Amino acid sequence: MENNDVIFGINGPVVTVKNSKTFSMMEMVYVGKQRLVGEVIKITDKATTIQVYEETTGLKPGDTVIGTGAPMNVLLGPGIMDNIFDGIERPLKEIEKMSGSPFISRGAAVSPLDTEKKWDVHITVKTGDKLKGGDIYATIPETAIIEHRVMVPPNMSGEVVKTVKDGKYSIHDTVIVIKDKSGKKIDLSLCQQWPIRTPRPVINKMPADIPLITGQRVIDTLFPVSKGGTAAVPGGFGAGKTMTQHQLAKWCDADIIVYVGCGERGNEMSQVLQEFGELIDPKSGRPMTDRTVLIANTSNMPVAAREASIYTGITLAEYYRDMGYHCAIMADSTSRWAEALREISGRLEEMPAEEGFPAYLPSRLSEFYERAARVQNLNGSEGSVTVIGAVSPQGADFSEPVTQNTKRFTRCFWALDKSLAYARHYPAINWMTSYSEYFTDLDAWFEQNQGRDFIEYRSKINAILQEENKLMEIVKLIGADVLPDDQKLIIETARVIRVGFLQQNAFHKEDTYVPLEKQKLMMKTILHLHEVASDLIGRNIPISRITSLGLFDKLTKMKYDIPNNKLELFKNYEKEIDEALNTTLTAEFN
Amino acid sequence: MVLDYVGVKEINGSLIVLDGVKDAFNEEIVDIRLDNGTVRQGRIVQMDGERIVVQVFESTRNISLKNTKTRLTGKPMEMPLSKEIIGRILNGSGKPIDGLGDIYPEKKANINGTPLNPVSRIYPKNYINTGISTIDTLITLIRGQKLPIFSGSGMKHNELAVQIVRQAKIADDDGKGFCVVFAAMGVKNDVADYFKRSFEEFGVMNKVVMLLNLANDPIIERILTPKCALTVAEYLAFELDMHVLVIMTDMTSYAEALREFSSSKGEIPGRKGYPGYLYSDLASLYERAGMVKGSKGSVTQIPILTMPNDDITHPVPDLTGYITEGQIVLDRALQGQGIYPPISILPSLSRLMKDGIGEGYTRADHQALANQLFSSYAKVIDARSLASVIGAEELSPIDKKYIAFGEKFEEQFVNQKFTENRSVEQSLDLGWDLLGYLPRGELDRVDDAILDKYYKPHEE
Repeated sequence: MENNDVIFGINGPVVTVKNSKTFSMMEMVYVGKQRLVGEVIKITDKATTIQVYEETTGLKPGDTVIGTGAPMNVLLGPGIMDNIFDGIERPLKEIEKMSGSPFISRGAAVSPLDTEKKWDVHITVKTGDKLKGGDIYATIPETAIIEHRVMVPPNMSGEVVKTVKDGKYSIHDTVIVIKDKSGKKIDLSLCQQWPIRTPRPVINKMPADIPLITGQRVIDTLFPVSKGGTAAVPGGFGAGKTMTQHQLAKWCDADIIVYVGCGERGNEMSQVLQEFGELIDPKSGRPMTDRTVLIANTSNMPVAAREASIYTGITLAEYYRDMGYHCAIMADSTSRWAEALREISGRLEEMPAEEGFPAYLPSRLSEFYERAARVQNLNGSEGSVTVIGAVSPQGADFSEPVTQNTKRFTRCFWALDKSLAYARHYPAINWMTSYSEYFTDLDAWFEQNQGRDFIEYRSKINAILQEENKLMEIVKLIGADVLPDDQKLIIETARVIRVGFLQQNAFHKEDTYVPLEKQKLMMKTILHLHEVASDLIGRNIPISRITSLGLFDKLTKMKYDIPNNKLELFKNYEKEIDEALNTTLTAEFN
Repeated sequence: MVLDYVGVKEINGSLIVLDGVKDAFNEEIVDIRLDNGTVRQGRIVQMDGERIVVQVFESTRNISLKNTKTRLTGKPMEMPLSKEIIGRILNGSGKPIDGLGDIYPEKKANINGTPLNPVSRIYPKNYINTGISTIDTLITLIRGQKLPIFSGSGMKHNELAVQIVRQAKIADDDGKGFCVVFAAMGVKNDVADYFKRSFEEFGVMNKVVMLLNLANDPIIERILTPKCALTVAEYLAFELDMHVLVIMTDMTSYAEALREFSSSKGEIPGRKGYPGYLYSDLASLYERAGMVKGSKGSVTQIPILTMPNDDITHPVPDLTGYITEGQIVLDRALQGQGIYPPISILPSLSRLMKDGIGEGYTRADHQALANQLFSSYAKVIDARSLASVIGAEELSPIDKKYIAFGEKFEEQFVNQKFTENRSVEQSLDLGWDLLGYLPRGELDRVDDAILDKYYKPHEE
């Protein structure tokens, strides 16, 4: 077909083509001689507007624009795990090899997945089997811990008419042939394409009643998120958003981690690459990278690709979910994505809404967060995608549009607090302003797996923190000395909870990940001390006598002193508390 | 065939519009010859068919609709590069102004640069010893980091930057391959002169490249200044294997120039009138720091910015903080107390510090000490605010100890002479000495083994 579609106007990353009727919305196009990747974002009868995912320096009016006939999509198949892509699924390691320089050259045309590599394929179907969309027909050991399950694309079905033998195949080799209802034969290989802006279909969504265990005390205990849930991590710069995201990516009990570095720092990505490669997952004994895929669109990479990176990430997560895995996607940071929307909207001269953001910001955000869920897949298996999005509010002001709209669509809100971060209290999740709506959904699970007392301890801890917050208002005005002893005890216990429990040291080998069992015992021990001490205060023993025993300081350090595999030591702590306080009591009455 | 386009269609601020231009490309550089013989340069920033919008670097003064001839150069904005550039003084768009003639280029590079592949980066880990206690102990600077100084008008950010340049051990172990790229954007002549004199005093002027766009120079040139400076820095670091320290002052002026340009282009403004792409634009500068595989050099950035009205939530410091790997925040109250450098430690941060300190780098107790100092100093601030309500006399004994610790900390640890160069060990020991004014039970960020080794309480 003759191609008359040529560039008319150029404004930053936005290119217009005049008098063209050939393009469809969201179609992927190649722009100019260097074949820069772009996407159609607006069509009128006079002009088609395209956002280009690469630097537009050097483009000329008159250069050709070639449509691909398909929307922006990603290639899904083995080789995604342990890989690092840019915002539109170009493999950065391959680009490095190809360009031979540390800089990313433009128009680099590389297949997202290795087309040469031969995978060990095991065919799981035989001739005559009826397959529908989502059904698994082959398995491949993708990494040491992840089995890749090759599925029929969701919109296809039919009867298997031919299969190959188990053996070594590359991703484009045909491994089975199916015949659909109309009798048409379709070759299926090891990979498939999927448009990034379309959610992959499922049978139905399931309730969010299983927690995502993260090993972070403040999250697991006070603000748990469920598998298939959504959480927002807002915080000003330096509040520890990225640290929190890294901790979750390292320790949460999802099978697959998709980490999207959206408009963030290049050095941070190289840190993730290095750290995750060295870190050994305690459950599998393999490097963390074996279950991780990174999408890196750093802040200096093209803004339009930044906008796409979030969708690329969640599509990859959905693909693995369809295989029956629990996936978690960390998006750091969704504010940069919203800003990319704003930037492109500005270039299109659209009417801005709040703070220059386009009016469709809330609908885009809700579309994205709604893709998180625990689901029953087309093939009947169960999987989930949990979305944890960092938000970087301008001036750390939570009333700005991105934070406010994110709050509407996420059910967990881990508000990071500047003053906690200043005092180097990490994770700086403020226990007064954060919330989790999953509490009640998860209660049944906690009761079954950790016992009713876990929930009781949690509410008691919560009550003490609330109480302390009220008391601190008074303390700020008149000082702590004038409080009665029982209120002083609240403040003392709350200090142990804050420093000894909520604060967690990511660099300490015992403290970086804490199993639920230990979290529960820590709460139990702290509450035990609180109860015994308040009993003593009820018998008119001054609190100074009790604090001088050093028990509170000892509990503050139990997170370091008790290794995760020696939980029986908690017994000794309780014994010690009882003995010490008994001695005090007897001494007082003799 | 070379075509001259006579006249322009429209003039608006620093932009001119031409019609009927054929075969131009986006971001191409054009020469604009005035009737009186002067030549100015401009860059194509927007195109609609044959209508092009050109940004003129040296103001549009004297340009009329008829008195110009415009010629396409066929090149994007490029910077001539060679080893000889070290020691030279250039203007904001990279042309020599020291009267020593043109730079004979070994190569030319597009000043916009290309994004670094995250895979090719080396995660920076080597700390730079600056000899300043607060920075070395609490906000450790790492080679390849971008660590801005957030300051305000009238504060001693220039002195601090000069002291870092003088004392910092940036060079290799054998003391080779170190140089400074200094980019001045919209600063007063005195400031540029102060840096120049200081460099001459330490005898490093032959290791400095200066790019000067002073307060009265054209604003469009100001937009190019940091780009040119970083292009030079990348060349020196990644092709000549040098350790380059880039000082850029003042980023607020840069952002204002960008705002001026954006508004004359008629773009939709974001917060405080700054363009919506300010974040991406700043990122395209700050991200040009780091270390890459296959090269021994590094680019370390110390941008300086003045916070309008000392407001850290102003868009420029705010967006900067989201991109850079930490920040050094100066405080007017500390400067008022006569403390130099007036670094407010609580909001200051170095993100890369955690992997560049400790055993094998500085000393095993470094991280714990830093955490404890931050945490204890935060309590000092609490105690002070309480004292301002109920009076210092009414404070509990422990709060009084914190007040005393806070004063000593500011006077002895934060405060240091402009010429004083403290080793890391000295700074760490000083930190432990000061913690000795607090009872051991208060030090809850340090485990007992380290406390046993370093903690020595002072006599009452």
